[in-house]
Amino acid sequence: MTTLDAAPTGTASESENRPGPFFIKDCALVALATGRRARMLQEFRNEITQIDESSIYHHYWGGLLQARFEEREFNNDFAAWIRHGIHDAMLAERLAALDPTDFADLDLLRHEIIELIDMRLDECESLLWMRATQQFEFIRSQIIVFDTERCLQQPAELASTIEQFSTSSIFYHFIDARRRTQHRCDDFSDWLAGFGTQFNGLRKHIAGIDPYFGSLAELRIQLAQLFQTYFQEPVHEPAG
Amino acid sequence: MSLLDDYAQISGNDVIAHLQQLAAPFHGARVVHVNSTRVGGGVAEILTKMIPLMQELGINASWEVITGESQFYECTKGMHNTLQGNQIHLSDKLLGVYERTNAENAEALRESLTEADFVFIHDPQPAALLQHFPNRKGKWIWRCHIDASHPYRPVWKYLRKFIVPYDASIFSLAAFAHELPHPIYLIPPSIDPLSDKNIELEPGAVRQVYEKYTLDPERPLILQVSRFDRFKDPIGVIEAYQLAKKYLPSLQLVLAGGEATDDPEGGVVLGEVQEAAYGDPDINILLLPSDAHLEINALQRAADIVLQKSIREGFGLTVTEAMWKGKPVIGGDVGGIRLQVINHHTGFLASTPEGAALRIRYLLYQPAKIREMGEKARVFVRDNFLITRHLREYLALMVALLYESQDRIELSCSSLNQEIRDL
Repeated sequence: MTTLDAAPTGTASESENRPGPFFIKDCALVALATGRRARMLQEFRNEITQIDESSIYHHYWGGLLQARFEEREFNNDFAAWIRHGIHDAMLAERLAALDPTDFADLDLLRHEIIELIDMRLDECESLLWMRATQQFEFIRSQIIVFDTERCLQQPAELASTIEQFSTSSIFYHFIDARRRTQHRCDDFSDWLAGFGTQFNGLRKHIAGIDPYFGSLAELRIQLAQLFQTYFQEPVHEPAG
Repeated sequence: MSLLDDYAQISGNDVIAHLQQLAAPFHGARVVHVNSTRVGGGVAEILTKMIPLMQELGINASWEVITGESQFYECTKGMHNTLQGNQIHLSDKLLGVYERTNAENAEALRESLTEADFVFIHDPQPAALLQHFPNRKGKWIWRCHIDASHPYRPVWKYLRKFIVPYDASIFSLAAFAHELPHPIYLIPPSIDPLSDKNIELEPGAVRQVYEKYTLDPERPLILQVSRFDRFKDPIGVIEAYQLAKKYLPSLQLVLAGGEATDDPEGGVVLGEVQEAAYGDPDINILLLPSDAHLEINALQRAADIVLQKSIREGFGLTVTEAMWKGKPVIGGDVGGIRLQVINHHTGFLASTPEGAALRIRYLLYQPAKIREMGEKARVFVRDNFLITRHLREYLALMVALLYESQDRIELSCSSLNQEIRDL
């Protein structure tokens, strides 16, 4: 990990500009079948035009809370199916490069996915009739968010409490937040931004943690190491 | 020490704290699970621990078992097989027994099910109960544990009319789900790490099964644990063993089949398997009683590799059990096995006896791979397929059902308590 500067002390004006407490929330996610399936790329494209936004959410983000093998080859289910169902590496790589946080909403992301598929269908006509070796099942999620009745008053408390966050709480604050916050960032960065420029260095390091490839438990370890180093707390090996 | 403390030692404290928070609004809520057997089969195994866990979380949970005569089980076994794709005609007489048995059981369970806040009906056997409860108070959920992706249409059409009025259905995988006019949830099943079938064993217990079945601990051992059922392809396992044995003459095979009270066909398949194995002293066919959990546990730990060469499979809890014991699994490329067996990571998927034989040879040639893949398999199960995850999803579903049209549900305990009171 990059060496971090110690936590700075804020200027007087920044100290006055304090946001409210950080409320620790937790969530649970349940997956639902949509009944929509695709066996060919054209069919997949047509389904993408019609599926609910909650299905796009699930296949990009929600699935991180579902049973899956942790060593992910692709950061979203669409790219994985194009690679292993349709066996088209080029389109899979292009879809994998899409970062949902680059789009103002999921509908814009949907249009970009369609654009990439159409472009690939123009390039490779045989994909029009190629049948997938496994069908794609479109799934959607319901996310249930609840209060843990715990909150943090000071950013330095992140160092001592982050290891007690459940993995689903990490999901809510570090991944799901990117759909909710104004700047498409995690909740920690969003909260720290409220302190003015005081924690810009820490926010930059948080932004350097890739949310897509590790398990949620690994993300928790990375965040704990970052916060503990920044606020100079001893590093603990979390249980489990 | 409470049951939850025991699970915290395996799953982690955060997992248990999460369950407690999700369950808090349901303190005192009446939740009833209904199935057709108290012993044998994956459903009974899950409910054996799910109920006390729910109770310890403050939920008023109970488990009811419907009963019937032999013709009822003959009919429901036929339904089970036809939902998995067998084309079997179910006579009007048998279907009449099915409906009459459900009606009789409805009378016996009337008070409990009418007043329940949530009723989970497991599999087709009790599916027709709901029509007898026009004044039901709570939400009714049909839980399908079967791979019903390609059912025999006439039987699905018959059953569907009983399932349509439910408030929701649960399938183990999206591929198994059918279009129904209510929310269809996707929840994989789970294993209980503290049950006799999965608990850690002393080395002596494993040595005992070697001695009891005259197995040689110095020679490689492959194992399949499942009912003697055509969908589990025990004959294909014997073929794979025979192909691999040409290269591994010391190979031993154990086929261990359990009994379930609702499976009248097992004896016929067992006869076919015995015939296929005839004359080979290194094939052990074991017909174990339904309570031989510790013995199955020891056999799974004794094996070098576990097979589950099913040609149709619901989820394949025997795969989960083997992986939990740190064994790589060679499984059929079907159903829920695909969700668990990740090629080159936790085992191998095989579509033919030839494919399974190749992977047996591959793994036994390099024991370090067996250990490495087995460890990955155990971690994968710990994080995804233990009963604590299953319970969390049931609790989440119960919340979601109260707000069924919303994708994002933000709640406080007080708002949820009000929803439950309004049921």
